[in-house]
Amino acid sequence: MSVLIYANHDAGKFSKSVLELASYAFALANQTGGQVTALVTGNPAGSELDKLGKYGVAKILLTPEPGGRAFDNRAYAAFMASAAQASGASCVLFSDGSISRAVAPRVAVRLQAGYVAGVIGLPDSIEPFKIRRSVFTGKAYGFVEITSPVKVMILARNSWQIAENPVTCTVENFVPEIAVPAAGFEVVKVEEQTGAIRLQDAEVVVSGGRGLKSGDNWKILEELAGSLGAAMACSRPVADEGWRPHQEHVGQTGKVIAPNLYFACGISGAIQHIGGISSSRVIVAINKDPEAPIFQFARYGIVGDLFQVLPVLTQAIKKLKSE
Amino acid sequence: MKILVCMSVVPDTTTQIRFKPDMNSMETTGIQWIINPWDELALTRALEIREQPDSVVTQVSVVHIGLKDADPVIQKALAVGADSAYRVNVAAAGAMEVACQLSEVVKKEHFDLVITGHDSADYNGSAVGEMLAELLDWTSFSSISSFSAARDSITIEREMDSRTETIIAHPPCVLTIQKGIAKDPRIPSLRGIMGARSKPLLQLEPIPCTGTSAYVKFENPAPRSKCRMIDPANPEELVELLRNEANVL
Ligand SMILES: Cc1cc2nc3c(=O)[nH]c(=O)nc-3n(C[C@H](O)[C@H](O)[C@H](O)COP(=O)(O)OP(=O)(O)OC[C@H]3O[C@@H](n4cnc5c(N)ncnc54)[C@H](O)[C@@H]3O)c2cc1C
Ligand SMILES: Nc1ncnc2c1ncn2[C@@H]1O[C@H](COP(=O)(O)O)[C@@H](O)[C@H]1O
Repeated sequence: MSVLIYANHDAGKFSKSVLELASYAFALANQTGGQVTALVTGNPAGSELDKLGKYGVAKILLTPEPGGRAFDNRAYAAFMASAAQASGASCVLFSDGSISRAVAPRVAVRLQAGYVAGVIGLPDSIEPFKIRRSVFTGKAYGFVEITSPVKVMILARNSWQIAENPVTCTVENFVPEIAVPAAGFEVVKVEEQTGAIRLQDAEVVVSGGRGLKSGDNWKILEELAGSLGAAMACSRPVADEGWRPHQEHVGQTGKVIAPNLYFACGISGAIQHIGGISSSRVIVAINKDPEAPIFQFARYGIVGDLFQVLPVLTQAIKKLKSE
Repeated sequence: MKILVCMSVVPDTTTQIRFKPDMNSMETTGIQWIINPWDELALTRALEIREQPDSVVTQVSVVHIGLKDADPVIQKALAVGADSAYRVNVAAAGAMEVACQLSEVVKKEHFDLVITGHDSADYNGSAVGEMLAELLDWTSFSSISSFSAARDSITIEREMDSRTETIIAHPPCVLTIQKGIAKDPRIPSLRGIMGARSKPLLQLEPIPCTGTSAYVKFENPAPRSKCRMIDPANPEELVELLRNEANVL
């Protein structure tokens, strides 16, 4: 099947999740004898575009930023749907993120396509089209059958290994002939999140819970994160208490993340917390209570007082990194 | 301004999910059903706004697409302050069907603002809000963490992956909310519970809608391997294992 991906970029650079998506799309297209097309908006440098070819994209449709300056999901959806039609795609893929969540379901309606978010692997079968995803906030898997000819899917974070599949990649300008309604809204303020490593993209995440006792105690956690180049996260009560910013709250009612390595420090492991982190490749738990439920989900655990354990652990990691 | 809060009804978030022996559907006996946590927060915020002095919000209603067994949960929404409730009497198989039924209610009852949650805690579809907006051909905003209403505009905060935007928009529109919108959900008072009985809970018949996807099977996750315990006096061992056994450092 022909596959169209939306290759979003941050100021002209494709993130790891887009390269994962391209690798996944290549595997899917390959399985069914099709090729991968990517819609790219704006104007990334040629060297960045070449990257997509390295990961299996055979054709790039380059299009001006839809809908002007502010992100307008309606305009994006119209562009993506029309690119799907132009490229004859029967599978339209997105990587996970706030843009995709706002655009992909609309594309599905436009194309009268079945929609699945949180896809974690290749389809189990193509005819009929059946694919697995995680449901009940990570407590089970469900198999979705899609009956429409076109499918729209969002690939879950960190669920597919990046793999190089170099192909010849052509670039075409693409200007869809569609009427996009005026945005009808105004962005009056933008607060950029700068500096810190973005939680959703981080390979390593250091997270703290109520076990840290107060908002003043986070230095030991920040030092651990610093030694690992990790992003920071926290449990919900920590954000509710204002010990840490809300953007760091992970779990069922916070962010859902899937890093390679997740450190849960002073976190009991409530099921709603686990829902946000259960797709992490390796979970390390540090908790003074040997009965804490977090140990049922962790691969490695230390039973002990985090105020004693963390500084020593940070030293050990620093030592390793300096070797 | 008339606000409609879309509400899915899900198993309590602490429920241990089990499936029928054929693994084709969830075992529902013994399950405690609740308002989807996001929708509960959306309702809380909508009510806060309606209760402000000189509020432009004249009505806050809830809607659920589903069968009669959801009525006790819908009653709770009325008990915490929703003015009225609608239930479209159909067991919808997928997001597209739900959105299609919702669009009919929105059009018929002339709502100006529709609020949906980030996802349903059951199948985590993350689909209905944006599908509904597309079916209605309305503007929509997702990842909304703050919301207030003025005469003919609303002010919202939208969390994009690396920035927060403050936006002024004009109804009609659909908002999909995420965390931050309200702090704690309301707990119904005895008076609220009594009062809810006299509020309208209208049962509507479905319109024809076709679905494009359905769950056909479920699987329990593989049992996790046992946690390997490390001596707290020897974190070096952990570092060693993370590098050489797990290959993540
Ligand atoms: C609808 C709903 C949605 C929810 N969504 C979320 C969500 O998205 N994310 C989330 O996190 N929670 C969520 N919760 C809350 C969740 O149920 C738990 O209350 C919460 O996760 C507990 O946070 P915690 O682990 O930090 O605190 P606690 O449960 O209080 O655990 C603190 C832990 O720290 C340990 N500890 C204490 N002192 C030390 C020390 N010195 N050294 C080492 N360990 C120590 C203790 O043994 C304990 O295990 C939700 C709840 C509901 C009802
Ligand atoms: N059966 C339903 N009835 C009414 N609203 C629903 C229903 N299912 C989902 N929604 C709304 O859509 C949001 C996202 O749900 P979902 O797309 O199923 O993850 C929920 O938070 C609700 O606001």
